[in-house]
Amino acid sequence: MATALAKAADSVIAVEHAARIEHVSKSFAGPAGQQLVLDDISLDVAPGEFVTLLGASGCGKSTLLNLVAGLDRPSAGSITTDGRPALMFQEHALFPWLTAGKNVELALKLRGVPKNERRERAEALLELVRLKGAYGKRVHELSGGMRQRVAMARALAQESKLLLMDEPFAALDAITRDVLHDELTRIWSETKLSVLFVTHNVREAVRLAERVVLLSSRPGRVAREWTVGIPQPRRIEDTAVAELSVEITEELRKEIRRHGQH
Amino acid sequence: MASTETTADAAPGSGSGSGKDSDDLAGLEAGLDALESVQTGRPPLRQVLVEKVLPPVVAVALVLVVWQLLVWAEVTPTYKLPAPSAVWEELRQSWLQGTLHEYIWTSVSRGLLGFLLALVIGTPLGLLVARVRIVRAALGPILSGLQSLPSVAWVPPAVIWLGLEPSVMYAVILLGAVPSIANGLVSGIDQVPPLFLRAGRTLGATGLKGTWHIVMPASLPGYVAGLKQGWAFSWRSLMAAEIIAKAPDMGTGLGQLLEAGRTNSSMSQVFFAIVLILIVGIAIDLLIFSPLERWVLRSRGLLVNR
Repeated sequence: MATALAKAADSVIAVEHAARIEHVSKSFAGPAGQQLVLDDISLDVAPGEFVTLLGASGCGKSTLLNLVAGLDRPSAGSITTDGRPALMFQEHALFPWLTAGKNVELALKLRGVPKNERRERAEALLELVRLKGAYGKRVHELSGGMRQRVAMARALAQESKLLLMDEPFAALDAITRDVLHDELTRIWSETKLSVLFVTHNVREAVRLAERVVLLSSRPGRVAREWTVGIPQPRRIEDTAVAELSVEITEELRKEIRRHGQH
Repeated sequence: MASTETTADAAPGSGSGSGKDSDDLAGLEAGLDALESVQTGRPPLRQVLVEKVLPPVVAVALVLVVWQLLVWAEVTPTYKLPAPSAVWEELRQSWLQGTLHEYIWTSVSRGLLGFLLALVIGTPLGLLVARVRIVRAALGPILSGLQSLPSVAWVPPAVIWLGLEPSVMYAVILLGAVPSIANGLVSGIDQVPPLFLRAGRTLGATGLKGTWHIVMPASLPGYVAGLKQGWAFSWRSLMAAEIIAKAPDMGTGLGQLLEAGRTNSSMSQVFFAIVLILIVGIAIDLLIFSPLERWVLRSRGLLVNR
């Protein structure tokens, strides 16, 4: 009975937030003593919301994502997520000893999906990222864009409510990145996932997000937020995207300039 | 649970945007995929023959020619350097008497059995050393040291401890091969990119699951290299043990054959034994370890056709 109540309480939180970051600080032991990387960050991601975290290098955006993913613990504050989030990296991080399909199946297996369902589900997920024929392909036989799509299928296989993305398209060429933006938008709107997407690319942030959160650097703090009202599907060359990007870039530059002054 | 299926059903372009946009995207994506994918295949058989098989065959033929020339020139008396034909004759006789496969099988069965024992001991040992910090601090240096200790040094103590029994062979093989196999696995694990471990952890592969699904397969190239070296050490250790430890009830392996040739002052028999030892060593490597290594590397795209 008690567990049922706890579960009910959990799901109430789940309805309100896919992730809740409350007064989170993080410091690392550096050469000059304790170095504060994140300072009192509070941020909520609503269910189904797409949020980008934007910042120059040194703003601790990847650190924050690691904290949310549970790969590291905050020095202060708390982070609650609705289940274990899925995480995509800048590198595809696919396992080269497995085929594309088996990479997806491993995620299913580790989640306890019975053996006889795995293959079918893995194929369905690959189809979702439009890689229907790639099940038996080795990782090295795939192009960069295909690898990231397999990585996306693997992340989706976790069936987390929250997908964390750490500059997942930064290493791709412009055309492929463009296509993957469209793909991500499509999958996001179909799956009703919450996404927390880290990038240093302002246009990418505006192209994708419903909400852009700008972090200041050293230590990382929430500097400003924008709600992006431009309807999806957007294009990165849209005038509205460009205009908001100019405004955000100006703010980002201001943040960066502050560091040169002392 | 059902959400995957429902979303997947909706996949081909029926989602948010208009169908046409989605079809355009699919076409664009298919084009990109086709342009950027790498085609890998095996080289044709003829090319393999010319590039891989022919050169070593020519090299062996050249060695034989030089050998025969040295014999004809009578550089040294034949009791020191027998003619290739005399060694061939030894081989032929041995084949006709049916003793050839006996010599080979005695040694190979000992070598492989010893190697398998070393594998069973060396693998968990390597895993412990690589994954448990205190075990690494304690045993790591000892394992590295043992690897550089010639295993022939273990023959005299093994004979004293175990007597002139076949178990001497296995003891010496283990002491030679276990450190190689364990060290191979340790260096394989050390070279696993941290990204794989992080990716594994986000997928829920922690603890033993992480070891089984991520660490072991990721370290396979280093492990296989360790196995290959472990076999070389097994074979060498065995030959050293067979040459030194002779007793009637220990059978006649290749090492004993070599030593018998020396006591009989039959240089052609000594050469015959050496050639057999070499051939068996090469054959096991070519038949088992090299294909295993190539398969591991090729399946990961780490083997450019070379």
